[in-house]
Amino acid sequence: MRQTRTIELGTGLFVLLGFAALFFLVTQITNREFGLGDGGYRLLGSFEQVGGLKPGAPVSMSGVTIGHVEGIEYDFNEYKARVTMRIDSDYDRIPDDSDAGIFTAGLLGGQYIGIGPGGSETFLAEGDQMQFTQSAIVLENLISKFLFSKAGEKHGDAPAEASTP
Amino acid sequence: MLASLTSELLQSLRIALQAIGAYTLFFVRLLKEVPRALLRFSLVVDQVHNSGALSLVIIMLSGLFVGMVLGLQGFDLLERFGSEESLGSAAALGLLKELGPVVTALLFAGRAGTALASELGLMRATDQLAAMEMMAVDPVRRVVMPRFLGGVLSMPLLAAIFSMIGIFGAQLVGVQLMGVDAGQFWSQMRSAVEFGDVMEGVVKSCVFGVACSLIAVYEGYHSVPTAEGVGRATTRTVVISSVIVLLLDYMLTAVML
Amino acid sequence: MRVRGLHYSVSQRPIFAGVDLDIERGSVTAIMGPSGTGKTTLLRLITGQLMADRGLVEVEGQDVAGLQRGGIYQMRRRMGMLFQNGALLTDLDVYENVAFPLREHTRLPERLLRHVVLAKLQAVGLRGACRLMPAELSGGMARRVAIARAIVMDPQLLIYDEPFVGLDPISLGVVLRLIRLLNDTLGLTSIVVSHDVHDLSEVADFSYLLSGGLVIAAGPPSALATDTREEVRQFMHGLPDGPVPFHYPAPDYLEQLRQLS
Repeated sequence: MRQTRTIELGTGLFVLLGFAALFFLVTQITNREFGLGDGGYRLLGSFEQVGGLKPGAPVSMSGVTIGHVEGIEYDFNEYKARVTMRIDSDYDRIPDDSDAGIFTAGLLGGQYIGIGPGGSETFLAEGDQMQFTQSAIVLENLISKFLFSKAGEKHGDAPAEASTP
Repeated sequence: MLASLTSELLQSLRIALQAIGAYTLFFVRLLKEVPRALLRFSLVVDQVHNSGALSLVIIMLSGLFVGMVLGLQGFDLLERFGSEESLGSAAALGLLKELGPVVTALLFAGRAGTALASELGLMRATDQLAAMEMMAVDPVRRVVMPRFLGGVLSMPLLAAIFSMIGIFGAQLVGVQLMGVDAGQFWSQMRSAVEFGDVMEGVVKSCVFGVACSLIAVYEGYHSVPTAEGVGRATTRTVVISSVIVLLLDYMLTAVML
Repeated sequence: MRVRGLHYSVSQRPIFAGVDLDIERGSVTAIMGPSGTGKTTLLRLITGQLMADRGLVEVEGQDVAGLQRGGIYQMRRRMGMLFQNGALLTDLDVYENVAFPLREHTRLPERLLRHVVLAKLQAVGLRGACRLMPAELSGGMARRVAIARAIVMDPQLLIYDEPFVGLDPISLGVVLRLIRLLNDTLGLTSIVVSHDVHDLSEVADFSYLLSGGLVIAAGPPSALATDTREEVRQFMHGLPDGPVPFHYPAPDYLEQLRQLS
């Protein structure tokens, strides 16, 4: 009996550790949130360009994470990307004229949505559409713009502000 | 000359097909026994202990060292591009998707697979399996099946433990030793790793668990009933398991990417 | 139990070419023969582990060849078999080994099961060893445990495959006595396969001598011992040369020597 008990103990320990590891990997390593009963409310935003934004990316105000990106689809009515954000119910006083932008954390880091508050007295609620959006900056576009402007400079017909060193 | 070569080729092709067929039939026979085996779960629990709990130390140690190496190598590589902060995501993705399942499967084949094969081979060589047959007990049902299931159940858990310990190993080296910012390490990891990445690792380790356990019990159960035969069965278990795991890994990666 | 015109071959090499045997209920029957004559194979044919190419194997009026897997398992529940080295399950202790068939086939309450197991262990004199592991047993003890396990389901037929190999004289005496005792007290039919002529003659009621795929002699052991035919005499008395030649077939020695020089 004693032997059986140590086997059971060892097995139990192993199984527990295994599932703990799985749980750790799923909840702590990924950006997925397993909130009990999907709390909070949804906001929508249309972007010209979402870049590398992915579902699960954080939504933040002044660097404080207030929610997550829930889904990204392409909207053929507007010909824009439609991003659904889930905002925690604690942050329920976002002015309805706030703007949302897609930013990059660090040079190679993941992308997130930053919300800058507006000045309105009315607040966004479930299902509202963000009115002002700023697209993700695509590095290639930026570089090609820069190169074109440089090339223009050489030909001497550059705009005035670009010619100042 | 040419004729003898082609006949030899045909012969080895025939042998290979035969082996695949025998494996498949054995697998089907095992699958049929699954519901019955789940009814006598205490037998399976014993085998989870044998192939899972007893492999725990080697898996944890290996995971730690693999993670630490990843920390060193990853740091060295990423530093060249000036993006050491990505170390967390690089290490986590590498461990979850590749190293965790594959190295665990290879270690499993070496530790638990050989133990299974030699145990079954020894039971064959000492007439224990024949004795069970004579007592009207189906050895596949009573002996092989719990061992197979125990291995299948253990593998994903072992792989998860391996990956978790590995991530901590990478963190240990990257953050404590090389000075990567701890916040960056974890937050970058979190934003880069998705749920699907974890699932990819879990799916892989489940497939490897089935493959390694099947090979071990097949080779053990069908070993030649001599001391030499048992030795050969264990060797074959390791060799076949390793090759199959790497082959399956390529195929699964290609499918899931 | 009857065997009629049994033919069996392994990869074209004939093992049996028409073997006839009759084993009477309640008797101890010895099956003897030189190594490699397929004595163990015969047992496997009787117990349905192998199927005959041709011929009839009948156990208690049932044709073994006509049975499905389930039927063979049913038949085996009434059989006990003792393997050459005992074949105890190495991961279970003595008690659990004896209890094994009961646990697999019956749903006896633990108290009753304990009762049965201890009774069988008492019969072979090893009740005190019930918590030892098979690795801790001597060869003779392992074989006695295996006998206890073989009789735990109260079989009607008990088969011993080479029960005397590698035993010291004391253990040998014990096993011999057990075979006789169990046969008589439990009303069993016993089949003992061995090449040990002298030990068998002490215990057997009737003997068959197999050689070259045929039964070459049959009768009580005393009759076989006085048989005058060459093959029988050589085996029964252990003569080095005879119909089974001392030399493996080879070209003429003088001829080969001459070629070498």
